[in-house]
Amino acid sequence: MKVLVPVKRVIDYNVKVRVKPDQTGVDLANVKMSMNPFDEISTEEAVRLKEKGVASEIVVISIGPAQAQETLRTALAMGADRGILIQTDQDLEPLAVAKLLKAVVAEEAPGLVLLGKQAIDGDNNAVGQMLAALLDWPQATFASKIEISGDTATVTREVDGGLQVLSLSLPAVVTADLRLNEPRYASLPNIMKAKKKPIDIKPVADYGVDVAPRLTVLKVAEPPKRQGGAKVESAADLVSKLKNEAGVI
Amino acid sequence: MAVLVIADHDGATVRDTTAKTVTVALAIASDVDVLVAGGSAAAASAAKISGVRKVLTAESTGLGHNLAEALTALGEQLAGGYEAILTPATSVGKNFAPRLAAKLDVALVSDIIEVVDAKTFVRPIYAGNALETVKVGEGRFVATVRATAFKAASEGGAAPIEAVPASDATGRAASFVSEEVVKSDRPELAGAKIVVSGGRALGSAEEFHRVIEPLADKLGAAVGASRAAVDAGYAPNDYQVGQTGKVVAPDLYVAVGISGAIQHLAGMKDSKIIVAINKDADAPIFQIADYGLVADYKVAVPDLMAELEKIGK
Ligand SMILES: Cc1cc2nc3c(=O)[nH]c(=O)nc-3n(C[C@H](O)[C@H](O)[C@H](O)COP(=O)(O)OP(=O)(O)OC[C@H]3O[C@@H](n4cnc5c(N)ncnc54)[C@H](O)[C@@H]3O)c2cc1C
Repeated sequence: MKVLVPVKRVIDYNVKVRVKPDQTGVDLANVKMSMNPFDEISTEEAVRLKEKGVASEIVVISIGPAQAQETLRTALAMGADRGILIQTDQDLEPLAVAKLLKAVVAEEAPGLVLLGKQAIDGDNNAVGQMLAALLDWPQATFASKIEISGDTATVTREVDGGLQVLSLSLPAVVTADLRLNEPRYASLPNIMKAKKKPIDIKPVADYGVDVAPRLTVLKVAEPPKRQGGAKVESAADLVSKLKNEAGVI
Repeated sequence: MAVLVIADHDGATVRDTTAKTVTVALAIASDVDVLVAGGSAAAASAAKISGVRKVLTAESTGLGHNLAEALTALGEQLAGGYEAILTPATSVGKNFAPRLAAKLDVALVSDIIEVVDAKTFVRPIYAGNALETVKVGEGRFVATVRATAFKAASEGGAAPIEAVPASDATGRAASFVSEEVVKSDRPELAGAKIVVSGGRALGSAEEFHRVIEPLADKLGAAVGASRAAVDAGYAPNDYQVGQTGKVVAPDLYVAVGISGAIQHLAGMKDSKIIVAINKDADAPIFQIADYGLVADYKVAVPDLMAELEKIGK
């Protein structure tokens, strides 16, 4: 079975994000970029499926700028077999991304598309669900465990209140939550090997899908600053302030 | 112009996230219907929300388990009558709303925190470190609502309740196997007035039970946790507060042994009062805390319990 893993290049999760003074977006100049952490988890899961003999080939795909090749190389170093970059400098909405992925699925015919549950830049949490809709495939989001046997995936999902287990007949779409696994660090030899793995670069236009945005971003602003920093001396002081000053207990 | 709110419910009543989503719906249009899918018994509580025109109910096996395929099929069936379809950004809402938007080939707005006008909304991006104002184009759209950002629509309505036939999902769908839902007498995390959260400092599940839970119970609070505490198995997954866990905005949030990573702050920084107990005076959590107590929790929490006792808690 072939597994398709979409990966996104985003601001590293440790970077303090700064809004541009003209409120057109977030400052991406000279900041560290990395693979979206949830996509590291989905890549890791695909590699484990291959190690178990369940997956035969792992194709990673990124839709983004030329530099997203680095993100693909990271995934290749973790164990993916080949990469596809649909190159664009446009910031595409989840629906446009899902439409492009649908076109890639038509070409690649994977048995499983394994995505991260959300990208930590736009925080939309949408592409996996949208892709499943467009393909009319079963979906299991927020996965913390995936078991595949034959043509069936049994997926444990993290939901409000606990866990839910679903059974999906393949092909299907699954999105990874934090506790699915702990991604490996690529070893130096694997990083070297990854340099020779193929990456196919294509323009968005090749896919003939409508990627026009549905939303107009009017502005991007800083959130209101919270006034904090006050200290209390003791538990007694704390309780007295919570009761008499804040009135919350 | 009408708006459909797909309710968040527990099978018996709708949660207050639903009334909060109705608030957003009423800011978009005056005709607001509420759909209670897979839990018709909760319809009566939805009918009491002021401003609701009518309550729709639908039942099927898939709806009973909140499956995305079933909710999407029902949403598609009803969409024709509505300009917008809203649902709270719960694990159920986040699961089906994007699927529905894609099926309808319309815009999705995730996690609305402010309504500017009927087509313009504010939503957090980058773990809430930036706020994006977006405008949807002409025509229908689907949105999820961050309920903690809104006041609940008041009670006092008496909307009629109407059952609609649920068409089963036509395409390929996931099927339900089982679920493990933890029943607790404590308030639900997402809607609680007080939340006590524990972090990595607790060191074990036993310590988490021994320290965090009694403090929460004394305050009548829900229990939360940082990702580090959940990953280490000190607390169940659905306790996680943060960018990628639950978003809470209680009157009082008490963080015990939590450093205050941006991903954690994203889930609690809109709390009214924040208390931090941490032995490291430089922990980032203190920058946003209204009351910071620099102390070892092993001393501070028992002291706090004793002081609360003194005021009759
Ligand atoms: C993609 C992604 C998503 C994430 N999503 C979330 C999320 O939703 N929610 C979330 O919480 N995190 C999330 N994180 C993780 C986040 O970055 C932090 O790693 C995590 O919040 C740290 O948890 P912590 O504060 O409990 O642990 P630590 O950062 O290790 O902090 C422990 C704190 O306890 C203090 N301490 C130690 N001993 C004591 C003592 N005896 N008494 C008092 N204080 C003590 C220390 O001084 C320290 O400040 C995410 C990370 C990534 C990459």
